Amino acid sequence: MREEGKEVKNEFVRSVAEKKYEFGFTTEVHTEIIEKGLNEEVVRLISEKKGEPDWLLQFRLEAYRHWLTQAQPTWGHVHLPEIDYQAISYYADPTAKSKKGAQSAEEIDPELMKTFDKLGIPLEERLALSGTAVDAVMDSVSVKTTFKEKLSEKGIIFCSISEAVKNHPDLVRQYLGSVVPYRDNYFAALNSAVFSDGSFVYIPKNTRCPMELSTYFRINARNTGQFERTLIVCDEGSYVSYLEGCTAPMRDENQLHAAIVEIVVMDNAEVKYSTVQNWYPGDAEGKGGVLNLVTKRGDLRGVNSKLSWTQVETGSAITWKYPSCVLRGDNSVAEFYSVAVTNNHQEADTGTKMIHLGKNTRSTIISKGISAGKSQNSYRGLVRVGKQADNARNYSSCDSLLLGSQCGAHTFPYMDIHNNTATVEHEATTSKINEDQLFYCNQRGISTEEAVGLIVNGYAKDVLNKLPMEFAVEAQKLLSVSLEGTVG
Amino acid sequence: MRSEQQYIELYHEVSDLIKSRSCEVMNSVRDEAFETFRRMGFPTRKVERYRYTDVDAAFAPNYGISLSPLTVKPSAYIYNIENAPIDVSPYYHQIADPLDAITALNTALVHDALLVHVPKNQQVADPIVVDNWLRGTAATMMNRRILIVMEQGAEATIIMGDHAADKQQFLTTQVIEVYCHDGARLDLYETEETTPLCSRFSNVYIHAGRDCSVKHNSITLFNGQTRNLCDVYLRGEHSEVTLNGCVIGGGTQHIDNNTLIRHEVPNCASTQLYKYVVDDKAVGAFAGKILVEKDAQKTTSQETNANLCASTDARIYTQPMLEIYADDVKCAHGSTVGVMDEAALFYMRQRGIPETEARTLLKNAFMGQVIDQIKFEPLRQKLYVKVEKRFRGELDKCEDCRLCK
Amino acid sequence: MLEIKNLHAKVGDKEILKGVNLTIRDGETHALMGTNGAGKSTLSNVIVGNPSYEVTEGSITFNGKDLLTMNTEERAHAGIFMSFQAPIEIPGVSMTNFMRAAVNARREAQGKEPLKSTDFLKIMREKRKLVEIDQKLMNRSVNEGFSGGERKRNEIFQMAMLEPTLCILDETDSGLDVDALRIVAEGFNKLRTAQTSAIVITHYQRLLDYIRPDVVHVLIDGKIVKTGTAALAQQIEEQGFDWIKEELA
Repeated sequence: MREEGKEVKNEFVRSVAEKKYEFGFTTEVHTEIIEKGLNEEVVRLISEKKGEPDWLLQFRLEAYRHWLTQAQPTWGHVHLPEIDYQAISYYADPTAKSKKGAQSAEEIDPELMKTFDKLGIPLEERLALSGTAVDAVMDSVSVKTTFKEKLSEKGIIFCSISEAVKNHPDLVRQYLGSVVPYRDNYFAALNSAVFSDGSFVYIPKNTRCPMELSTYFRINARNTGQFERTLIVCDEGSYVSYLEGCTAPMRDENQLHAAIVEIVVMDNAEVKYSTVQNWYPGDAEGKGGVLNLVTKRGDLRGVNSKLSWTQVETGSAITWKYPSCVLRGDNSVAEFYSVAVTNNHQEADTGTKMIHLGKNTRSTIISKGISAGKSQNSYRGLVRVGKQADNARNYSSCDSLLLGSQCGAHTFPYMDIHNNTATVEHEATTSKINEDQLFYCNQRGISTEEAVGLIVNGYAKDVLNKLPMEFAVEAQKLLSVSLEGTVG
Repeated sequence: MRSEQQYIELYHEVSDLIKSRSCEVMNSVRDEAFETFRRMGFPTRKVERYRYTDVDAAFAPNYGISLSPLTVKPSAYIYNIENAPIDVSPYYHQIADPLDAITALNTALVHDALLVHVPKNQQVADPIVVDNWLRGTAATMMNRRILIVMEQGAEATIIMGDHAADKQQFLTTQVIEVYCHDGARLDLYETEETTPLCSRFSNVYIHAGRDCSVKHNSITLFNGQTRNLCDVYLRGEHSEVTLNGCVIGGGTQHIDNNTLIRHEVPNCASTQLYKYVVDDKAVGAFAGKILVEKDAQKTTSQETNANLCASTDARIYTQPMLEIYADDVKCAHGSTVGVMDEAALFYMRQRGIPETEARTLLKNAFMGQVIDQIKFEPLRQKLYVKVEKRFRGELDKCEDCRLCK
Repeated sequence: MLEIKNLHAKVGDKEILKGVNLTIRDGETHALMGTNGAGKSTLSNVIVGNPSYEVTEGSITFNGKDLLTMNTEERAHAGIFMSFQAPIEIPGVSMTNFMRAAVNARREAQGKEPLKSTDFLKIMREKRKLVEIDQKLMNRSVNEGFSGGERKRNEIFQMAMLEPTLCILDETDSGLDVDALRIVAEGFNKLRTAQTSAIVITHYQRLLDYIRPDVVHVLIDGKIVKTGTAALAQQIEEQGFDWIKEELA
């Protein structure tokens, strides 16, 4: 009887997992894809297609040569499959046709417009979510950036990184690779060699960016990798809130996504970076899904600077990402708020690094892991207090919730303290969902499914509250959907 | 040349001599252990469990190996392994991790072993005391091996102490294998009071059957470089294990505790409390993992590591880990690195207590929470005194004053 | 006994005391009243030498000695005692050890031998009775798990042990019910001698019903703006501080 019930439940889980990834469609659009494989010629070809200056080509080549000397890291608590880097195409341009055929470069293939509409990301400014400017990236190319002109009135630069290389080469050259050098890790080297598009943001001194800036990433083409690169520079006394969203079609094979995000925060400046990551997680059997291998780091260079990472991670077959902060400026403040949900066969190894170098620096880490199905969910974090970082403070709290007996929840925090005035506190708990709470909800007539959604949302509330309004609503829905069918 | 080479050569030179002085059960695993060591060499800091200790450097000096026989004072329950009252082959080198380089090296080089055996349902009232005195006229390496077998329902307290009698460089490797059969209760205390010239590499492996209660307390009062590993395998239901540690570091001392508690079955409880006070240029490291296997439901586990970093050059590394594959569990860990409570200091000073005295009182209070856990009253009282003396800088002075800064 | 001249002090970057002048003679009790944030607690913390407060100008002399050159414990040895507004818990340090350390440190400063254990315990017992504090509290860590009333009583007990000549009662009445307030105040009165001076910081008249002040000061915005007799406290109880502010304006 019980076993039978389980069978039915599993069936349900499967149908949910298959049905609920509502962004799994593909777009029929002519896409120019270069030959599969990776070698120096490919690196040169990407650079040439983008019409890049020589210094950037040299940067790519150095990164590529370094990458060749490195091996894929194995320390994460994930089963990263052997990736055949020669079976991937490193450049896919869905706008190629419109560029050739269209009257003006601004004209976009209606199929692409439709795709982003379907994803809820309208690219026509009149339809836009209130107060949000969007840079839409499909595969290797930025499709469109909205509200560019309006922002430029304030001196704010918001465009694709390819455009920035053309129009603001000095800024890009000054900051690119200054936060995440290509030697940082294997995937950072790979990205630096082949990165395609991504967003560039520059907020000039004493400017409060009047709208949320947002980039939407979409992988469409088959057998391609996405290697986006985002660079945000927030100059003295300025503020920006930046959002990142991502989806991909359902495909049987893994898709590789190896991105770099670099953020520079100057004196008295503040950056908020929010991510809702909903890459295709693979099917209920663990087939397909995006390999999300990302290096994100912020450099709090200025005094009194502030950086806050908020992430809601529900997608990807494998997530390997540690949005980090280097607290260089005195009195700088860094925050990391994370909710990571894994279901079915997903594996996530995610967390942060807080490197305290300046005096009176403060960091906060709040991580909520939720594991269901047969998934593995790990928090990995480092708090380092350097010798000069007097009066550094860190508080970390990492909680894990287990929704099923076949999943795993793990916590691997590292604390390296080299200063006797530091106060560092770390706490972590792991437990299963509170059955009394479930029962209480049931008694009030709320189904178990719904109750799990409610409780998990409550559990993740501290983090969700940090998201900008529209994103928070979206993230809440996403949490419930990702977990449907996990408890019965 | 990396340090393992000299031990490989040493083995080739002396293995026949060691074998001739040793017994069959120890010789039967010796060559294989050596082969493992030869193949793996010493772990680098890239090996996760050795990231806080430079093993290669610790083994680099040219030590003479001590092959003198164990002196076992005739007493109940303690035996030279050669005179064991039981067949030790199901125990010797069975629970120890054969792939740990230190364990492998110890197994290859150790010629003599001590057995503590407590028969079925025997409740030993007085503690069993094992004192290790390091003696030598030249830099010496000691390899120590201890087997503790607690039969069903046996109860005992074992107190082990490391002391250095001579002002000499000593390198100790130690492997302790503890087998607690169903219903056994064991309190195992290890205190280290050596000198800054001493290096200690200790690996303790504990097997617990059903309904066992095992406590292990590791107290590092004075040392040079210490690395303690403690692995616990909970293999019977309804057992509880407690690992406590108290570390006081000063000078250039280095103390690295590494624990793993493996919950293999349901309904067990584990608790860990490790406290460190590090001063001067000392380094304190703690890495503890709680691993709950897939079917180990109803596990409860609590791990706490609290540290006081008392000088600008002292360093603390802490790494509390949870790896959990069962859902019906309650596991938590907490780690803190902190400064002394300024408000408490001020309160005490307002009452006229001089600042240095107030700091000593607070350090004592901080450590007291670990010493409080020691069940054996005379040892507890002795340690309160020793810990206080240590904080007052008297312990090292009275015992070996010329050696300390 | 105590003479404060033109005292300015700050916490962090915030200046709180802006020129306080105050003279207290032997045996006098001064009440210090004022609105929240006026600087009452700052003044008492500065007198006892809390390192979080920085004196930027002015002087404090105590029986002819320059207090500002003395550290916290030296001031305590000189006979200054503060009953804290919120006495802190010190886990792991037993009341007995704590008191012994305090008493002996003071004796050492006075050039006396430390007390023998038996003598010390005898004094503890006597003083405990005097302030009606339970023995079981003495076996606990300092203030750990003490109720609000027990903490305040414990402060008075410590005062009894240390026999100060200047007592600062920093809002000793806060958080106490009427009975507890009476016991604490009576304990204080039993302990004081003709030479003992006191600064009583309070918002309310009710503590002053038990501890009669010779002088009442009103502190507003970091300065003593009005000084009077016990009647002033009565008037504040009835009319608040606004009328004083209006006078100033």
